[in-house]
Amino acid sequence: MNAPALLDVRGLDVHFGRHQAVRGLDFSIAPGETLALVGESGCGKSSTALALMRLLPADARLGGQILFEGRDLTTLPAPQLRALRGNAVSMIFQEPMTSLNPVLTIGDQVAEVLRRHQGLTSGAARRRVLELLELVRIPEPQRRIDDYPHTLSGGQRQRVMIAMAVACRPRLLIADEPTTALDVTIQEQILELLDGLRREFSMALLLITHDLAMVGQWADRVAVMHGGEIVEQGSSRQLFNGARHPYTRGLLGASLGLGAAPHYRAERLPEIASSIDPQTGARGFTLVQGRPTPFPPPPAAAAPLLRLEELHVRHPGAKPGTHAVDGVSFEIARGETVGLVGESGCGKSTLAKAILRLVEPEAGRIVFDGAEVSALSGRRLRPFRRQAQMVFQDPYASLNPRHSVAAILDAALRAHGVDVRQERERRARRIVDQVGLPTTALARYPHEFSGGQRQRIGIARALVLEPALLVCDEPVSALDVSIQAQVLNLLVDLKRELGLSYLFISHDLSVVRYIADRVLVMHGGRIVESGDHRSVWERPQHPYTRSLIAAVPAPDFGARRGGYASRAGGLSRPICDTQSLTVHESQAP
Amino acid sequence: MDTTKPARILHAAAAPRHSATSTLAPRSWLRRLAGPPRHAAAHAVDADGPAPATTWRLFLRNRAALCGAVALALIALLALAAPWLFPGDPLDMVAEPLLWPGQDPHYWLGTDSLGRDLAAGIAHGARASMLIGLAAAAVGLTLGTLAGACAGYFGGRTDAALGRLVELFQATPSFLFMIVVVTIAPPTIGVISLTIGLTSWPTVARLVRAEFRALKERDFVLAARSLGYGNTRIIFAEILPNALPPVIVATSVMVATAILMESALSFLGLGDPNRVSWGSLIGSGRDMLRSAWYLTAIPGGAIVVAVLSLNLVGDGLNEAFSPRLRGRA
Repeated sequence: MNAPALLDVRGLDVHFGRHQAVRGLDFSIAPGETLALVGESGCGKSSTALALMRLLPADARLGGQILFEGRDLTTLPAPQLRALRGNAVSMIFQEPMTSLNPVLTIGDQVAEVLRRHQGLTSGAARRRVLELLELVRIPEPQRRIDDYPHTLSGGQRQRVMIAMAVACRPRLLIADEPTTALDVTIQEQILELLDGLRREFSMALLLITHDLAMVGQWADRVAVMHGGEIVEQGSSRQLFNGARHPYTRGLLGASLGLGAAPHYRAERLPEIASSIDPQTGARGFTLVQGRPTPFPPPPAAAAPLLRLEELHVRHPGAKPGTHAVDGVSFEIARGETVGLVGESGCGKSTLAKAILRLVEPEAGRIVFDGAEVSALSGRRLRPFRRQAQMVFQDPYASLNPRHSVAAILDAALRAHGVDVRQERERRARRIVDQVGLPTTALARYPHEFSGGQRQRIGIARALVLEPALLVCDEPVSALDVSIQAQVLNLLVDLKRELGLSYLFISHDLSVVRYIADRVLVMHGGRIVESGDHRSVWERPQHPYTRSLIAAVPAPDFGARRGGYASRAGGLSRPICDTQSLTVHESQAP
Repeated sequence: MDTTKPARILHAAAAPRHSATSTLAPRSWLRRLAGPPRHAAAHAVDADGPAPATTWRLFLRNRAALCGAVALALIALLALAAPWLFPGDPLDMVAEPLLWPGQDPHYWLGTDSLGRDLAAGIAHGARASMLIGLAAAAVGLTLGTLAGACAGYFGGRTDAALGRLVELFQATPSFLFMIVVVTIAPPTIGVISLTIGLTSWPTVARLVRAEFRALKERDFVLAARSLGYGNTRIIFAEILPNALPPVIVATSVMVATAILMESALSFLGLGDPNRVSWGSLIGSGRDMLRSAWYLTAIPGGAIVVAVLSLNLVGDGLNEAFSPRLRGRA
């Protein structure tokens, strides 16, 4: 790298009280370069991003140097810092739903940045906002400019955030998990937009993410963080082809979206085991690749465990004729895992709740184990409740914070007529052991556990009644990659030990590809495609399935983006007319 | 700690057969009530990060709240010990009238125009005031929690009907309502407490309803339904313990309001004529406000101290429970 660095971070420390979130971070970004900061939750990557903007809460202490174009941001006085923020350095956040002010129109919010930093009059600002909205490809900007955020979709809101961030042509854009809250097909578009803008404005991009697959595609260089430190950094090609650090190798191994498509009947997912050396205190990582245990072949066609016939569900208060679930029919055989894929709002969660009779279907039949359950209610529903259980997405919201693990499991058993206390305790201990938690976990409360452990408790709660069918609604979406592998392995083990059938719901195709025998693709409340886990991938029939598969990032090392080097040769594909750029040409340094 | 009492009573009513809870000491119960630190996830602190301060410790760190709690404890002690400290009826004439405080060491707070011991009146009055405060708060809490829980959990028509009822009570001038009741019914402590409770439940109901509406959407409630739990169990064992913190904060203010209302009623001479309360002491002393002002000032001061400490405790609890105000230190 010959060019002087745009941003040079030296020995950055961030302390929250006694807790050190970031330790001695060193990295630099050249103008126009994309650096990805990758790590799991709690590794300090977001604290780093906030530290760069000096947006950390007041009780945080900063150490080290952050040199932006030679100026140290850690000591810059507040007025100069404000002039820099949103102007030369800007930032976009993870949650587009909450990062826009709901009582101001999107036009006003974008214009505010321009008026504040460039002193534009309201007329000029409005013209510029229209150009920016066009630039981030908001359809019909003339009409949308006076809309309020709630009328926009998540992807569109993120585009507005991006318009705000690039309004003053920043030299550095910090994107903190910019696509995590969005659907896969939208993720792809947002990243493409960011990359296009980077080329257009010769802007450096600091991409902060937990998603390794995404990194391979869009970043020039990657820095992997763990426990507040950078464990490895290098070009993305280097990292994907020959990662040196065991943690990076572990992350790569545990990521499902990358390259090979394993299947649970054939292989186990590798897990990262971390250990701390008692002498040196250094963290060590090893990759544990368990041996797959043989599975019985998929059962021959017997009577299905669950059969849905033309199920219709309408949200209360929705207009007649608009169904969240619109005529869904399928079967799940005993011992089978059926994967259900779809984007947010396609009705997959509503379908899951309808199957478990947590929302009332409007029409259609649910037949479980030969008996119709869609007409049962109250006490007569109880035998079905014991047989069919659910695992929820958010391990933080799905456990009652006021009950200990023992109380959670005990109440479930007691509600289903296990009257002998010793028997309840025995079964609680056994299930806690089966989901891989120590027996001491029983006396503790949900908040004392990590996200992955909580998901294990959620699984234990669902399995303590020894059900036949487990409906898993996005069970690993809220978890880190390495934890995701552990929970998926656990689900596979439990399936083999207990002969469970799963309905596995996810927006993540690569997870479904691993765990499912058969895949259903849901779109707009209907099943648009179904098939064997291989054939759906290799020969997708429905255009929607194809667009889903195309949106899965593949580590092709910049093949789909304008590379860092190609910038010198000029813009390969201008994404806006040059007129919009000339307005502020004079302000560029 | 006196202030935790109504909450503990309520919880016991909520989950009577909860074996794990009943064996716990009240101190650890309060800590459990504080529940998990809600900010832990938002700050992505590692598992090996510092343990966040518990609600209990945060409350103790708040000096104003601690002062309030101590003052309240002293008042409670005084109320409990009144029959031993000042045996006999405080309404008996025991000494010559209008002794000033300090004039006779045996009646160190002085006597009123009929020669009744003011110190005995204050101690026994604390009994009446505290009893009415707690009883009224208990009535208001029970009614309000039940109504709010049903309205929030079931929604729909139940919610609409209870909503109208709440509005009806809120639109009634509560003090006038009390005066009407005590002129019809005998003004005993029980009737007064019940009436104050009846006028104060709408606040609790609205609070509990809002909490229930938010909490019933949470996944753990869905999980409880999928496990086949009945509505009663879900309302009392799953949702209610999570909805309690703001209610407990409101309770301390309710007790204070009840004490004030009873005092106002007794001041007007509409209280229980056979019991001494702080309000009736002020009421009987007001004729001699210019000549013997201490007869009004001393019981007035007692009311101020009690109400102030209840409010301080309420503020302290509010701060300790609120995830936003919790320190990250």
